[in-house]
Amino acid sequence: MSSWNYRTCPTTGFKVHNKAETLIQFNAVTSIVFLLVGGIVGLTLALTRWQAVHLLNDEWFYRFLSLHGIAMLVAWIVFFEMAVLYFASAVILNSRLAAPWVGWLQYLLMLVGGALVAVMILTGNADVMFTSYVPLKAHHLYYLGIILFAVGAILGCVVFFATLVVAKHEKTYTGSLPLVTFGAAAAAIIAIITLSAGAIVFIPTWLWAAGIIPVMDSEVYRLLFWGFGHSSQQINVAAMVSIWYLLATLTVGAVPLNEKVCRTAFVLYILFICIASEHHLLVDPGFSAAHKTWNTGYFMHLAVLASMIHAFSVPAATEVALRKQGHTRGAFEWLKKAPWGNPGFSSLVLSVVGFGFLGGITGVIYGTEQINIIAHNNLRIPGHFHATVVAGTTMAFMGITWYMLPLMFRRQVVAPKLASLQPWLFGGGMMMFSTAMMFAGGFGVSRRSWDMNGVDGPFQVNFGPIVDLSLAVMGISGVVAALGGAIFCLLAVATLLFGKKVNA
Amino acid sequence: MSVTSPQPGWWNSPLHKEEKIWITIAAVWCVFITLAMPWWHIFGTQNSSQEYYTINPDDYGTVVDKFIEQYTVGEEAGIPVVAPPAGAEIFLRGQQWMWDPILKLKKGETYRLHLSSMDVLHAMSIYPINMNFEVVPGWDYVLTLTPTTSGEFNIICNEFCGIGHHSMIGKIYVES
Ligand code: HEM
Ligand SMILES: [Cu+2]
Ligand SMILES: [Cu+2]
Repeated sequence: MSSWNYRTCPTTGFKVHNKAETLIQFNAVTSIVFLLVGGIVGLTLALTRWQAVHLLNDEWFYRFLSLHGIAMLVAWIVFFEMAVLYFASAVILNSRLAAPWVGWLQYLLMLVGGALVAVMILTGNADVMFTSYVPLKAHHLYYLGIILFAVGAILGCVVFFATLVVAKHEKTYTGSLPLVTFGAAAAAIIAIITLSAGAIVFIPTWLWAAGIIPVMDSEVYRLLFWGFGHSSQQINVAAMVSIWYLLATLTVGAVPLNEKVCRTAFVLYILFICIASEHHLLVDPGFSAAHKTWNTGYFMHLAVLASMIHAFSVPAATEVALRKQGHTRGAFEWLKKAPWGNPGFSSLVLSVVGFGFLGGITGVIYGTEQINIIAHNNLRIPGHFHATVVAGTTMAFMGITWYMLPLMFRRQVVAPKLASLQPWLFGGGMMMFSTAMMFAGGFGVSRRSWDMNGVDGPFQVNFGPIVDLSLAVMGISGVVAALGGAIFCLLAVATLLFGKKVNA
Repeated sequence: MSVTSPQPGWWNSPLHKEEKIWITIAAVWCVFITLAMPWWHIFGTQNSSQEYYTINPDDYGTVVDKFIEQYTVGEEAGIPVVAPPAGAEIFLRGQQWMWDPILKLKKGETYRLHLSSMDVLHAMSIYPINMNFEVVPGWDYVLTLTPTTSGEFNIICNEFCGIGHHSMIGKIYVES
């Protein structure tokens, strides 16, 4: 091992392998490009669902909705997670990245797969939403794109685990894995399980679309799809929680209160969440109630327990760290004196609140067998997951980016004032947006519908003024959130291009 | 620090009192909500149905056609209106992009409603009571239902089913 391919980070003291660094940079930049595309598209969707504005026509609404789901939930999140995996292995463990060429293969496969999917959608060959429920059929290259993307992501996980082995073997750290790396390992294990399930469902679907397999059963597809689709959301949860711990350490120097508790909670994610996926099928034929309640009750709530533990651990560690800094007066001085102007810190808080309260609680409620009858496929559902995956996961990923820029790209963030405003616009806007959606959903407004009033239909439906108001609130807060998202993307790019170099 | 290896012996370091309390509360809560699921199912009065059969879409179509022929009382917007007798097996068919027939039911009577699709996935959302069920090709999903309010209800398609999805609106009448 020659020393020329390492540098020592002046801020953190990590030894950074240049090949790991380059891969982190490529994955992170690509993810932000997808976020930008998905955000612009998301804005047009919000301005269409706001019935008074109704921006897009029906064809482009459905096309953009498919694109938004893929660009955001799949491309933005997973590319960023690849960067997180390489960071949590090579950088945190001061190790070289194992087999960087496999990392490049990961990047290329995901890029080609993602581009193929996007092209298929934009050319009108895949108006099927990201769920692509059969027998709605897209061009077979669409499914191929998804498969390539998934294989790429699996390779990223392989590189991650290989790097853990290398680091152990070359003794770049002593003792147990740091908590952030442990959490990332949980995410990577869940990823390998769920991406394999994804292959089980997408490979036959691809062959079916290509005309090789004659029929696919819709209900079996739904079961397998969500077996993959929901558990893959737990990759995001585990990655997000690791980042919560990382942000708590970077922003206020928090130390996990009890390593055993935090790690056990991560293990609960691995053990149980992969199985709980049938809350998507609660009002479907094909499964008995006993099966549904067991799956969504027992398995899901053990994972909920894990989240509740983290939701205590992270704020508690933050409080302890702030009190250690001398903010000990009264019950709340630590809270008042917290670094609210630091976008990393405010992102952390907003992410915990958005994910835990708004997203987590509504998820448990809507996932109940009986309540699901009044929530299934109406706007309550996108309301719920814009709280989890956007106000929660996306907010956390944005927060850590403010640290990635100086640490991994060696650039000082331009316009720090604007950066400290950004989390409030994005997180605040998104929570409002989610709440308004759930509100409209309560009146029965469907998700994925270009026009709720039934124009062109045999009958018209009138939802009344309260729904109009909620959709207007949804539209306006969607604009605010999109503004926050745009500021994030622009500052990130401007920092890369014009940010002051951090001296090595 | 979450980015450095924990102190040796971390596994045996004791929990703080607050942590123990919180974990206990969380665990009890999770047990409670888990038990609430079967509890509601057994003692609640409204569950999602457990009755379903597999069926070939063409066969389902034939059954629905026969049902319509037997009980048609009129037509609205080009869709047949049927008035089946109380207690009958009644059928609703989803296809791109319409629901047929229009059902005329009696308040307080119990019916067995069959749901299936002729082509892709659809979902039935009953407006304004906001009750939602998936309508799946190849599966005959049977709901036992007793209308408790009279009036006019719409059926809104709730599962993306192609470009005409939003126009897929049907109707149910409940007479007192
Ligand atoms: C400014 C930011 C955003 C805005 C304004 C926005 C807006 C919207 C709107 C209006 C819908 C359509 C809801 C419906 O009619 O069913 C939607 C769907 C969706 N959004 Fe977002 N969104 C944003 C960010 C995100 C992010 C960051 C993610 C993921 C990480 C995301 C994931 C999704 C998904 C998965 C869907 C469902 C697509 C489908 O039904 O197939 N969104 N979004
Ligand atoms: Cu439909
Ligand atoms: Cu539809």
